[in-house]
Amino acid sequence: MVKKKKKKVKEIKGQLGKKKETAREKMIGQTIGYRYDVNLLPDYKKLTPFLKKYIEHMGWDDLNWLEDVHMGYEENKPAVFDRNANGWVTIPKKIKLPASQQDRDMIARELLVKFQMSPNHPLVDLKKAYLKF
Amino acid sequence: MANLKTVTKKTKAQSMGMHTEVLTGKTQQKFFNPDEAENFFYWGTHEVDFNKRTELDVKDMDCKIANNKIDRLMSEGYGTIVIKNPQGKHSLGVGILNKLNLIFEGSLGYFGVGSIDGPIVRVNGRVGWSCAENMMAGKVVIEKNAGSCFGAALRGGDLICKGSVGARTGIDQKGGSIIVGGDAGAFTGFMMQRGRIVILGDVGINLGDSMYDGTIYVGGKIGSFGSDAIESKMTSDDISWLERKLKVAEIGNNFDVSKMTKIVAGKKLWNYDALEPTEKKGAI
Repeated sequence: MVKKKKKKVKEIKGQLGKKKETAREKMIGQTIGYRYDVNLLPDYKKLTPFLKKYIEHMGWDDLNWLEDVHMGYEENKPAVFDRNANGWVTIPKKIKLPASQQDRDMIARELLVKFQMSPNHPLVDLKKAYLKF
Repeated sequence: MANLKTVTKKTKAQSMGMHTEVLTGKTQQKFFNPDEAENFFYWGTHEVDFNKRTELDVKDMDCKIANNKIDRLMSEGYGTIVIKNPQGKHSLGVGILNKLNLIFEGSLGYFGVGSIDGPIVRVNGRVGWSCAENMMAGKVVIEKNAGSCFGAALRGGDLICKGSVGARTGIDQKGGSIIVGGDAGAFTGFMMQRGRIVILGDVGINLGDSMYDGTIYVGGKIGSFGSDAIESKMTSDDISWLERKLKVAEIGNNFDVSKMTKIVAGKKLWNYDALEPTEKKGAI
């Protein structure tokens, strides 16, 4: 009788016993469930001139709600989530993205503000149709 | 078999014209133009000047009339509005999607300044339950104490209470920062999904119960940890963020943030691998 070869099951340490811990996960002592760190605090040295103007215009002291905006992914494409339209907005191909998540997040923030304030935003049509007061 | 396309009888909603728009084929990408002109206003909101100031006495108004008056003043370009005699009325200052300096000279009742997106609000008294519920952006400063469910379902912005807050602070929080100068009650950060809570004083039992994500920082004693809330180590990023944020919150001068306890989700309650790669549920 031929002996069946036992398949070796590779043990991987980390999240839910399935994933290897990254250096960042080791540093913060927490698993990152997404492909980007949703808890990453912004590096204010990387603020873009547009974002500086936006903060000043709104009278805020910092990025405020944009601290929670990160460059994520939709169907393997870089994207930013627009909570107003409740959907991911994929980043146009012509924009070359840096490797660092801090830099990518700043780009995501700038693009999201531009998108949300645009008269072409999908909610504008809905507002025109259903605005009550 | 019934075919929806051939049904001619209109529903009440259809007869009101609510299902006539064609939404198929519209992708978000289609609307996205990275070269969009600089514009810091949502469509349909008002351009206001912070230096243009007015007062509004709401003593004899109900919340609906008062909120409409605030909207009208913004449409006239007033960027700083002082509300006199709020007298603990409920639902004052809700749904403001504008940049604005709003000052309440007194206390608010339940659901004050809920669903706001942008304004800077200062309340010179106390607030009742669910202050700034579903807040999207902006800054809210409460000079005294706040009731329970402070910042419930908060999605963005800075919500600050210089005094103490009740139970279930930041319940279902999905983003933003809640900063409390005093103590917080039980179930703080209950079912929290994202964002940050900072409590400089003590906190009650079941801290961060069933939290899915996000971070809680506590300066004082912790009653007990809730299910799946675990202690994590403070990093230099945390310390510099806390130091900067406390300055924004106008509290905690000379407070040693490095000695605070950091609490995060143990992430045993969710199967994150099933969430990948669409990540839709993680979005705020």
